[in-house]
Amino acid sequence: MTASSATALSPAITAAGLRKSYGDKVVLDGIDLSIPEGTVFALLGPNGAGKTTTVQILSTLIPANAGEAHVAGHHVTRDADAVRAAIGVTGQFSAVDNLLTAQENLILMADLHHLDRREGRRRAAELLRRFDLTEVAAKSAATFSGGMRRKLDLAMTLVGDPRVIFLDEPTTGLDPRSRRIMWDIIRGLVADGVTIFLTTQYLEEADQLADRIAVLDHGKLVAEGTAEELKRRIPGGHIRLQFADLNGLESAAALFGSVTRDTEALTLHIPGDGGIPALRAVLDVLDDASVEAESLTVHIPDLDDVFLTLTGHPRSGDQAGLQKENAR
Amino acid sequence: MTTLSYAVSDSATMLRRNLKHALRYPSMTVSVVAVPVLILLLFNYVFGGALGAGIGGMSTGGTRYIDYIAPGVILMAATSGALATAVGVCVDKTEGIVNRFRTMGISRGSFLTGHVVGGVIQTMISVALVIGIALLMGFRPSATPIEWLAATGILALLALALTWLSAALGLVAKTPETASNTPMPLQFLPFLGSAIVPPESMPTGLRWFAEYQPFTPIIETLRGLLMGTPIGNSAIAALAWCLGLSLAGYLWARTAFNRGAKV
Repeated sequence: MTASSATALSPAITAAGLRKSYGDKVVLDGIDLSIPEGTVFALLGPNGAGKTTTVQILSTLIPANAGEAHVAGHHVTRDADAVRAAIGVTGQFSAVDNLLTAQENLILMADLHHLDRREGRRRAAELLRRFDLTEVAAKSAATFSGGMRRKLDLAMTLVGDPRVIFLDEPTTGLDPRSRRIMWDIIRGLVADGVTIFLTTQYLEEADQLADRIAVLDHGKLVAEGTAEELKRRIPGGHIRLQFADLNGLESAAALFGSVTRDTEALTLHIPGDGGIPALRAVLDVLDDASVEAESLTVHIPDLDDVFLTLTGHPRSGDQAGLQKENAR
Repeated sequence: MTTLSYAVSDSATMLRRNLKHALRYPSMTVSVVAVPVLILLLFNYVFGGALGAGIGGMSTGGTRYIDYIAPGVILMAATSGALATAVGVCVDKTEGIVNRFRTMGISRGSFLTGHVVGGVIQTMISVALVIGIALLMGFRPSATPIEWLAATGILALLALALTWLSAALGLVAKTPETASNTPMPLQFLPFLGSAIVPPESMPTGLRWFAEYQPFTPIIETLRGLLMGTPIGNSAIAALAWCLGLSLAGYLWARTAFNRGAKV
């Protein structure tokens, strides 16, 4: 009971040395987390990095093999029921009841949270309105599109007014418009003071939503910080020159010394911050030597670069990135 | 105190959900009733003449074949109804809603209790329908009201036992298809007992199996209650089987539910 007074000050989620393996396969290899209340934390990583496993452990679905974790001030295994009472989870695969209508799904949640009948109906109506689902309230969830299902799923999670919300890849598989809508909804939740633990494989999503980002790779956290901090950790941007043929590329490469060249794409990457003096200098060098470039692009580091630099490999499924690496 | 009242109210919520499913999508319930009805029609009208004559001299308790098979087919209705629960549980599991329930602060047993109680209610309704059809076809039981009550009790107990087993099967099955196929052998077990013909008419090995498998004492008890044939120690065996299977199914389902999320 003394813990409750400390809860207000302590972080919403902490973890120390979380480990999980299935047989020989190590999924999580020592995860430490400390997430302050009222913030959005993004766990970023490719498929199979261990994101979902982390969420499953923190949301009491599976036990860790080693390590300790507390959510909302309660131990995830020793006091699992108290954790469950404080959290809401929206998983990667929509957990809605397909045979019930949207409204019935919400009222089912209200009943399970032991809200009285009137309060339950009021909450359901309010969430339907907030998530723009009022018109389809009486339709069975089986008829919903992916975006609508995800909205209903999140609405169901919110019925119990959770203080900590886990969102496991909330926008995977959604079209761009539905993704924007989800982002707006998530921003709205933060405004209400809840803590959000988000997993995503989209760097842009983490950049847009999260206060702090941790990069998970092969079961280990390889970096943690704000989006700005992470971007600062990697080599600066570059100026990318595209040439018409190999001759142009080779003669330009000789002019600039230590640069990255890609003979297949006929491009040259010149490190630099992309500012106007740097640009002018590059153009002057090319002019003086009468070397002609087809095009010039300025590349400011984004989280994709962070990811490549930190994990040492491109995002899974990123074939273009893979080829670029091989070409180097 | 609140723990218990939450357990009851959560289970009631889950039961309402389950019955709503059944009312809205009755195809499962219909097929569950249709199979025993078809068996009853087939064995009474198509095979009944020959089978009835063939077993006439044995301990069938009556001369009319419908009076012999009706208790067996009523039991089949209880069996097939109970096994439908496996499909419902597995669909919930694969659709992810079970994981949602697992992360909520609700009574742990409520999900399974809702499914099992809902399953038993549906099964007893289909049992009543099959009894009604058997009566229309000329089934004339000699049971007193007390015997009817006892027969209903043993059927409900059997339904409970098989529904718990079925819930466990649904939780461990990977897909709803597997969940619907795995319990199939159980539905055929009554055929290898005394449901359709007396075990005395079977070859030695099969007869041994028929006499000792769980359904035979249950069928014999049911037949005894409804038709007045001798029950002997079948009643004790039937009760033991039902209670034992209930307990085993319940423990198995509980373990499977608590084991955690799918990998």
